[in-house]
Amino acid sequence: MNEAIFFLNNAVVPGLVIGSIYALGAVGITLIYGILRFAHFAHGDLMTMGGFVSYLLAIGLAGIGVSTTFPVAYLILPVAIAITAVAALAIDRMFYAPLRARGVKPVTLLVASIGVTMMIQGLIRLFFGTGTYNFFEATPKVIHQIRLPIEGVTRPISFTQPQVVMVLVTVAVVIALHFFLTRSRFGKAMRAVSDNADLAQVSGINLRMVVRITWIIAGGLACLAGTMLALDVTLKPDLAFNIILPIFAAAIVGGVGQVYGAIAGGYLIGFAESLSVFNWAVLLRPFRDQLPDWLPTNLAIVPTEYKLTVAFVILVITLLVRPTGIFRGASL
Amino acid sequence: MSLIELRSIVAGYGGAPILHGVDIAIDQSDIGVVVGPNGAGKSTTLKAVFGLLTVTAGSIVFDGADITNARSDRLVPMGLSYVPQEKNIFPTMSVEENLEMGAFIRRDDFSGSLASVYEMFPPLKEKRRQKAGELSGGQRQMVAIGRALMSRPRLLMLDEPSAGLSPRYVLEIFERIVAINKSGVGILMVEQNARQALQIASRGFVLAAGQNRFTGTGRELLDDPEVAKSFLGGAVPA
Ligand SMILES: Nc1ncnc2c1ncn2[C@@H]1O[C@H](COP(=O)(O)OP(=O)(O)O)[C@@H](O)[C@H]1O
Ligand SMILES: [Mg+2]
Repeated sequence: MNEAIFFLNNAVVPGLVIGSIYALGAVGITLIYGILRFAHFAHGDLMTMGGFVSYLLAIGLAGIGVSTTFPVAYLILPVAIAITAVAALAIDRMFYAPLRARGVKPVTLLVASIGVTMMIQGLIRLFFGTGTYNFFEATPKVIHQIRLPIEGVTRPISFTQPQVVMVLVTVAVVIALHFFLTRSRFGKAMRAVSDNADLAQVSGINLRMVVRITWIIAGGLACLAGTMLALDVTLKPDLAFNIILPIFAAAIVGGVGQVYGAIAGGYLIGFAESLSVFNWAVLLRPFRDQLPDWLPTNLAIVPTEYKLTVAFVILVITLLVRPTGIFRGASL
Repeated sequence: MSLIELRSIVAGYGGAPILHGVDIAIDQSDIGVVVGPNGAGKSTTLKAVFGLLTVTAGSIVFDGADITNARSDRLVPMGLSYVPQEKNIFPTMSVEENLEMGAFIRRDDFSGSLASVYEMFPPLKEKRRQKAGELSGGQRQMVAIGRALMSRPRLLMLDEPSAGLSPRYVLEIFERIVAINKSGVGILMVEQNARQALQIASRGFVLAAGQNRFTGTGRELLDDPEVAKSFLGGAVPA
């Protein structure tokens, strides 16, 4: 039983958290691809930027003496989301829109977004240096522990408060996005543009407006994901740049342009990673007397340092077996 | 005054012009049919009206307003609607969502228009929750025309509405087009089924190599031996 709880704490909870982060990032990438037809490489840095915006707001609040404990700390989130959404709109206006107006190929936009990546990271380093920042310097992370009232169970189920809040927020956001895309006039217009942009315009849908909505949603979700990641580990200039590969993998595995696919892909890759680095030997511990001696003490599928290969392997298998992804998105 | 008038349109896709001075004028009561050989510039003419390519000379006037090179999403609120020749549905959206997108510009209750589209094309009502991309060719064409009607246009432009349809569907689609016209919508359509289309046309235009070759009523063009020989594939059958 203790082993099962260890599994829950060290494989399921981290999988859920990183899966949520990947899902939020991948939804943004898939929406941008669906509407603008290019791979937004700077998406990780948009997430990092969102994390820093939240951090600035948090230390700002602390600076004016407002206690940044639950629930005040989370009131920062909507403000940070709004600021990051505006930043995403500004980036589009300054860098991508002029290129689109000239009718450039998608690869040109991709290269431009690599430039934006460097610019955002450069700006962050300019103001914050290369160090790491912690949201929890002043007030430590609240850790919830649930002790099961069962004989012989000593280990509590444990997770941090930001983990719970963020996973719940992700679920709420995904449901809201679902209703937006399937019920609202503008959400349907977004799907129409993604389906057939020319016909959408011919139907009277203003493409520029749909593009703006796309950046607002993608920027907002990026802020949420970046903040979540910063709360779970620590904030640094290349925070989300380091996970851009699994995020793209999630979008591609789910089927590019498919929102539900991106969510499924995010959790799939998140859980695949956490299950791959989990030390399965722990689960064998109750039987240790019957096990042969030669069995190693660490039975993780991949060492933690090589976690990134998991996303790579899943991506390669998907591209070989089902190139359009689980939900049959655009073929790359 | 004509509902729409194209005056000596010159237009192309960025390179050499495709249209070298096309003239078309129809009234709201008209069914205007544009015929001509493949590559004559028929589709290009409709695209030029709908702001999908750049008109370099000439002008397009709709109901007294100059709409030359207007952005296509601005034309819909003015009362123009366009069914492209290909890719004229939203394949992953349901039939009903396709129709809703046709009504995107409307802020009033459009359930009446929805009901009349379903009345005109009963199979669509049955399949309204189904993805449009899963329908047969004829039903997709119904979705495409239905979508275009949802904005309550005064001019409906159709690019080869009968293309790829079985003879039974061709007849049905033409019947619907006549009915739409009777309800007060001007029609400007391009057709490959030239002989059949000219039968329902009040105005006919023969285009070749980006220029008008013949203009007249549908009957006049059908009866013209020159038109019959060069563009309708032989003499008028007895
Ligand atoms: N998107 C395009 N870009 C460049 N040339 C085109 C394009 N579409 C059509 N054309 C050219 O324009 C000419 C007229 O085409 P079109 O108007 O489609 O003819 P049709 O009368 O058969 O509808 C053809 O020579 C065709 O090759
Ligand atoms: Mg054509």
